[in-house]
Parts: sequence; structure tokens; C-alpha cells
Amino acid sequence: MRRALWILAVLLSHWRRHPMQLATLLIGLISATALWSGVQALNQQARIAYDRAAATFGGSRTAMLVARDGATFPQTLFVDLRRAGWPVSPMLEGRVQIDGRSFRLLGVEPVTLPSEVGNAPAVGRGSLQSFITPPGEMLVAPETLRDLGKEGERPEANGTSLPPLRVQAELAPGALIVDIGIAQDILKMPGQVSRLLVGKAKAPHAALESVAGDKLRLVEPSAESDLERLTDSFHLNLTAFGLLSFFVGLFIVNSAIGLAFEQRLPMLRTLRACGVSARMLNTVLVIELVSLALVAGLVGLVCGYFIAAALLPDVAASLRGLYGAQIPGQLSLKPVWWFAGVAISILGALAAAAASLAKAIRMPVLATAQPQAWQQAQRRWLLLQSAAALAVFAVAAGLIWFGDSLIAGFAVLAALMLGAALILPMVLQVALAFGQRSARAPVGIWFWADSRQQLSGLSLALMALLLALAVNVGVGTMVESFNRTFLVWLDGRLAADVYVSAASDQQAKEIKAWLRDQPEVQAILPGGRADTQLGGAPIEVLGLPDHATYRDNWPLLENVANAWVRLRPGDTCLVSEQLSRRMKLAIGDHIEVPAPGGNWPLEIVGIYADYGNPKGQIAVNFAALTRRFPQTPMTRMGLRVAPDKIAPLITALQEKFGLDDRNIADQARMKTESKRVFNRTFSVTAALNAFTLGVAGIALLTSLLTLANSRLPQLAPLWAIGLTRRRLAALELLKTMAVALITALFALPLGLLVAWCLLAIVNVKAFGWRLPFHVFPLQLIELLAVALAAAFCAAALPVARLARMQPASLIRIFVNER
Amino acid sequence: MLRVTGLTKSYRSAGEDIAVLRGVDLAVATGESVALSGESGSGKSTLLHLIAGLDAADSGEIALADTVVSHLNDAGRAELRRDRLGLVFQQFNLIPSLTVADNLVFQSRIAGRHDAAWHDELVERLGLKSLLRRYPEQLSGGQQQRVAIGRALAPKPLLLLADEPTGNLDEDTADEVLALARDLVTRTGCGFLMVTHSARLAATLDRQVTLHAGIVA
Repeated sequence: MRRALWILAVLLSHWRRHPMQLATLLIGLISATALWSGVQALNQQARIAYDRAAATFGGSRTAMLVARDGATFPQTLFVDLRRAGWPVSPMLEGRVQIDGRSFRLLGVEPVTLPSEVGNAPAVGRGSLQSFITPPGEMLVAPETLRDLGKEGERPEANGTSLPPLRVQAELAPGALIVDIGIAQDILKMPGQVSRLLVGKAKAPHAALESVAGDKLRLVEPSAESDLERLTDSFHLNLTAFGLLSFFVGLFIVNSAIGLAFEQRLPMLRTLRACGVSARMLNTVLVIELVSLALVAGLVGLVCGYFIAAALLPDVAASLRGLYGAQIPGQLSLKPVWWFAGVAISILGALAAAAASLAKAIRMPVLATAQPQAWQQAQRRWLLLQSAAALAVFAVAAGLIWFGDSLIAGFAVLAALMLGAALILPMVLQVALAFGQRSARAPVGIWFWADSRQQLSGLSLALMALLLALAVNVGVGTMVESFNRTFLVWLDGRLAADVYVSAASDQQAKEIKAWLRDQPEVQAILPGGRADTQLGGAPIEVLGLPDHATYRDNWPLLENVANAWVRLRPGDTCLVSEQLSRRMKLAIGDHIEVPAPGGNWPLEIVGIYADYGNPKGQIAVNFAALTRRFPQTPMTRMGLRVAPDKIAPLITALQEKFGLDDRNIADQARMKTESKRVFNRTFSVTAALNAFTLGVAGIALLTSLLTLANSRLPQLAPLWAIGLTRRRLAALELLKTMAVALITALFALPLGLLVAWCLLAIVNVKAFGWRLPFHVFPLQLIELLAVALAAAFCAAALPVARLARMQPASLIRIFVNER
Repeated sequence: MLRVTGLTKSYRSAGEDIAVLRGVDLAVATGESVALSGESGSGKSTLLHLIAGLDAADSGEIALADTVVSHLNDAGRAELRRDRLGLVFQQFNLIPSLTVADNLVFQSRIAGRHDAAWHDELVERLGLKSLLRRYPEQLSGGQQQRVAIGRALAPKPLLLLADEPTGNLDEDTADEVLALARDLVTRTGCGFLMVTHSARLAATLDRQVTLHAGIVA
């Protein structure tokens, strides 16, 4: 043990003498762990929230009986099934508008609620009497309580006073839980239930068909909630970013460990000569690495926590905007996150050091030490690496051709980037060889030749730069393409000038009556939406009034002639792009939409873009919607108003009907808000982009710093034959900039390819819509400048050191070369 | 103490087997100092490396006291070097990241045989007192070799093996360093086997053995 400690002390003494190398190693490990753990913290936080949502009174984690057409069904079926021995409990679900905001109302029957159903014990703990006896109680999550008021208060929905609020910590945000009888009153659906939750059967019961005929079907519990399925792509995207940053960080670690190993080769041989066995030496090398990884891992975890805390509000906003998922804004992490973070740091360090450790194991004691031999021995790897790159590109092509899933889309991206990283040294080699052939002056020839020699030491850092730049180009192009498309789409979708959301149907009627008397109001465009199911998945049915505003502005991707006219009778519909892709629906197809009065047959006459909506949607004539879904709230409306009359009208409406900013908004404000949500959606991506580029910059800096000392034997002879230190420093700077420029130029087409993959493969699989591909030359020029600036910053320190280096340091090179 | 019998060693180079040692017999008694000389390529360094267990012989036997070196595995040979041998190289091979003080105690510490009084005596005799806090790169060649000798003798080995220890030193420094080494070897009573090209230095030891074409001449 003492012997091992002595050897460990000797190994560690290297770092004391080379603190910059140690800093490089730690920075690499800390960055890798921090970014990976930060992303994992965000994912974990979201999953905890999904679990809460899924566990809320029979989410997808509970077996349930639902109507075959997805509509509500009579409560008598519940009574029949209970009598037949089925351990079922009824539930009614609907939406209510409170102060212009939509909430999910769940009516439950606490006496029959199976104990194993999520949140059931929570109701049991409270007073059952006060929950079921009018006015009852409305259970809400703490986050929802903050939106609605204080405990004991009774908010109003559609003119009806809701039961007093009571907080229940385990509930999912956005859900309101009341007794089923009270829910039936609020939703005006007496005697109706949405589904029956099925508990564990304690005794045999009759077959379902013998009691309910073919009216109900059993839905088995699912391990993954709808929300988890919907958000998979988002989290996969975050994970991909985290993984990329992790690998970029490991590039730094690999380069630092590789250099340290080569510098320590003579030391390792001396240790072996002094009687340290190979096994002991390798064990201590691993212990040293694991100790460093442990320290860096812990620091990385703390940094990861802060990164996650900083990004969480944006991630929560993105998930709410894209999927309607409610994520609490406070970070609470499970112990497994901490353990996983330390483990990933150690595993990453071991992976990055694998090649060096393998060399140490195979190291013969007698071979002469060859510091930096690793830098020169790469040539034969170049061909092998290029061959591997071509193989990886072939895999990517195969995946594009045959793959048909989100995972395949990400695999294409991974293969493209891996292939490009592998082939980069060859690309640089060819470019620099061309430069060397074109050079005439001796210093010029040396410039290119030396750049080629330096390449193997820099190639890992340049690969990191390539990947970071390509991802930046790819994601930047996607976001800009999305932005441009989104703005055009938004102009069409928000065609009305003022949007009003009344507190109740009654107030909506009063507002409409008043508006009809206002001459500046050119049109009142009532709107409404109902929820139903199609093909087993929830969809929205959107009611659009027959008006020129929609005919002229609503953007359609495909449509039959006179689609809007054909919408009037109520037997046709438009479908959203994601629904048409998911269900493979085309113009002319017929669908049957479950409605309270029975299935509603509709012919598809158009397909429209509906960016950012996780649910499938169909649009029908508004009047037809209210006929088929009579419970649809009539609280929303759009107004066409002369531009100069908008502000006075809003003021008048606010004064007359006591509406606040949540109930009334003009088009400009809605667009600004939508753009703000849009921008926030991508702010996480932008932040991770910047982090990755930053880490790549550090990789380049650390590689240059660690190479700087080993460069002296190459530079000292030039200094000896008459090149000034200042000129040598300028040449060194120019060399770094040259290879960074070639790398950046190679990153541009790669980044555009990445953008195409994101738009044409990943987005379509993840969200169900495809965006047009645009190239933004200014953005590309900007990134080229960023790459050169990063290279300049990275090279500046070692170059400045060289420029200021004392002649004695250069002379030592010759003294040492005995 | 050291007995080498019928030792052979060959290397394969450019598809051809080259016999470096062709049946070497050698003995070094306790307290005896022996100079091993011969022309370049005669196998001096190879013999020294085989005795040190840095490489394995093709055939023959090396016995150090009661241990047959050629029967040991890698861990056993490492233990032999650590506990019973002292090695001094032409290139000094100090650990650059350790101070002189740490380099000096390194082998005796890992062998678990650190003797503070002996250590102080070594420091005194080798004239290293004022250099203890320096790093190897801050020392002259002669100073570095003195540290290397100190490190090798600190665990009081049975045998000190030196491969051209004065090859990188000027004549005066070489004489000074070798005199110190001889004194200390005498003080510890260990055996001393030194590879050298210099007939002048070889003559200062008890006995000379010359290798010629892989055998003792």
C-alpha cells in the first residue's frame, strides 16, 4: 500500500511540474461531465413531471375501459360492471376556462377509486365527506394554486362557482380534481363518464362483452405516458447535444492524457527499472486517473447543476410551448443523478485514456523513450482513418435510404459527423500538401511542411472544432428556416386584428351583442375547439367561421379547388400536416370523428401547416362544430377592426366588460408573444450550441498550449539561423489560423447537410412537419468569422509566450540535444 | 554472489537472427568491483540488462545470491531490481518531476528499506546537501549522476549495476563520480559491475572482464 502511494506521488509530481496540462485534463473532464450531467438533470426533471402527470388519477399507468368511439358513455355502464364484479371507478374529463385560461377538469369517484391508482391515497387522506358533499373541494397542485388564488377560494368557470381550492402536492400542474357529480354539473354532462379506471380484481368477474356489449374496450396500462412519447424527440435532441459536448470534452482529455503519457514515458521506464512491476505501475496509473476523474466529476456535477438550473426555465417554456407539458421551474434531483455523473466522468476519463493505458501495459522497459513519437506515427493511421470514414459515410447513406424512424434520423446525423471527423485529417493533409507544393520561398515551404507535421497533434482539437461548427451551422440553419417559415405562417394564422376570450358563454354573448353595435368592428369571427380521438390518439377539432379572413389568409399546404366553400356544409374538413403524416391521410380521404351524438363522417379537402402543436388537429366549419359538439365553449372570438380603431376598441372592451390582458389581445401583441415563445423554444439549443463551440475553443487552446513546449525543437533551429522570435510567433499564429480556416470551410457543407437531415428527417419524425430548406449566407460568414476568432484566441497565448521567450530557453534545446 | 552461466541472447533484425551473447560465463563476488568492457556491439549492455532482469535470456542461467533471475516472472524481476539491485544509467534517468531529495529516497522508499542515517551519509558523501530542493533539469551532468548513484545505493543493494555511468561526463567529473561510487560500494560492501569503454576507468576497479563477439575474451 505504502509502495503504491509512493508511486502515485511520483506520478502526481508530473502534474505539479506541468500545471497547465493538469488544468487541461481537468477542464476537459469538468466540461464533459458538466454538460452531460446538466442535460441529464433537465431530462430527469422533465421525466419526474411526466411521471406526476401520468400518475394523476389514472393516466396511462392505469388500466381503463373507454368507449370504442372515444366519446363519453352513460354512467349506468359503471353500475352494471360493478354489479358484475368489475373493480371499476368512473371518471369524467373535460376542460374549463378560468379567467380566459384553459384547465383540465377531472371528476373522480373517491369511494370506488382503486387504491393502486396513482394519487388515490391522497384523496383518502383528506376528508371524504367534504370532498363529495356540495360545494365539495377542488384538489390542485401547488403550481396551479399559485395561478388560481389561495386555498379555500372558489374560482369561477363559465359563470359557475367551482368548489373551494385545496392543495395536493402529488398532483400534476394544470389538473383540477373534483367529485364526479360536481364535474358532471360543471361540464353540463349529467350521467356521463369519460372512462372507467380498472383496479386489481380480487374476485372473478363476468366477461366485459357480456355486460357492456361492444360499447367499451379495455386499454392496458402503458409504462410510457403519452407525454413521454410526445417529448421523446425533444429529450433525444437534448441528449444528442449533451453527448456531443461530452465527446468534445473527452477530445480535450484524450489530448492531455496522450501528451502527458508521452512526456512521462522516460519516468515510467525509470520506475520499471527501479523495480516497480508492470502490474503495480498500471494499477497506480488507473488509480491516478480515477482520482482525477472523481475530483473533476464532482466539480463537473456542481457546474452541471448550475447549467441545468440556468436552462430549466427555457426548457420548461419549450416543453410547454411544444407539447403542453408542465415542468416545475425548480430543480430537484435524485441521488442516482449524482452517482451517474461521477460514473460518467470516470468512464469518460478511462475511455479517453484507453489508448495511453494500453501503451503503458505493452511498454517494454528497454525501448528508448521517444517523446512525441505519437505525433509523427499517425501517418499510417491517416489512410486507415479515411477508409473508416468512407465506411461510416456508407452507413449514413444506408440509413437515409432504409431508415424510417427518429432514432435512424439521429443515427444518420451521428454517422455523418463521425465520418467527417475521421476524414478531416486527410482533408487537411491534402490541403496543406497542396500549399506546400505551391510555395516557393524556403520559409513558405517550411510553413506548410511544419503545419503538416503539427497536424497529428492538433487533429483531435480540430475534429472538435469541426463538429462544433457543423452543429452550429446545422442547427442555426434549421432555426432560421423555422423562423422564416414560422413568421409567414403566423401572419396567415393570426389574421384577425383583435382576439377576445370571454370568462363565460354568457359574457361572450353580451360582448358579441355590444360589438355588433360598434361601427369600427368589420367582422366578428367566433372560434371554438373540441377534443376527441381519432385512431386512438387525441385530436383537436377546430371550428373556423366561413369568412374571407380565413379564405384569404389561412395557409394551406395542399387543397382541392374551392376548399373553403366545400367546408360550409359541415361534411368536409381540413387536416393538419402532422395528422396527415401520422395517419397517412391525403386529400379526398374520408375519416369518422367521434362526437357526442355519434361518429361524424368527414371528407378531407385540404392540409394545413400547424407548427408547434403536438396534437393532431382538424379544422371544420364553426357552425358545424357547434352542432356536433354542443358543449363547446363559445368564449373565444376574433375581430376584424380598422387599424386605427384597434386601441380604442380594446380600451372600451376592457372598461365595459372588465376584461384584462389575459382576455383580450391585439394581433401585434399575439404575434410578439408567439415569437417570444418561439425564440425561447430555441434558446436552449442556442445555449448548448454556444457551450459546444466554447468547449471546442478550449480544446484548441489546450492542444496548442500542450504542443507549445514540444514545438521548441522545431522552432529553435529557425531562430538560430536568423528568424526573429516575433516572426516565428506570427508564423505560428498564421499556421493555426490556416488549419482552422480549412476546418471551418469543411464544416460549412457538413453543417448544411446536418441542417438538411434535421429538417427533412428528424423534424418530420419528431414533430410531423417538414420545413423548407433555406441557406443563409450571412450566417455562414458569421460562423467562419467565429471559427477564426476562436482559433485566434486559442493561439494567442502560446504565440505571445513564444514572442516573449528568452533566448536562454531556445538555447537549452541545443544543450539538451547531446 | 552473482553467477552467470552459459548465457545466450539473440535479436532478430531485418529477418536475420543476430547472436549478441553466445555463452557468457561470469561471476562477481560480494564486495568485488568488476569492469565489463569490449568494443561496441560486443553485448556489454545486453548482459547488464539481462542481469538486471530488464530483458530475458534465450538460455543460460543468472543467479544472484539464492535467486535464479532467469526463473523469475515480470513481477519477480521487478522485486529483484527493487530490493537487491541498484541501477545507474548513462542518461541518469532521474525522475524530472521530483526534487533531488525525492529522487534520492525513491527506491529505498518503495523497497521499504529507507534508512535515515544512511540517507544522510549518502547526501553528505555525494555533496548533494545544497541541491536537495532542486529539480534534475537544474543540475549539471555530474550532479545528476551523483543523484542517480545515491538513489541506486540508498536501499543498500547486493549488487550495483552501472551502464556507462560516466559516458556523458568530462574526464575530471567522470573520475570524481566514479571515485565516489567506489567509496560508497566499499562502504556498503555490495558488488559492483560497471560497463565502460574507458580502459583508464576500468583499471581502477578490482577486476576487468572483456567481452568480444558475445563471449568473455
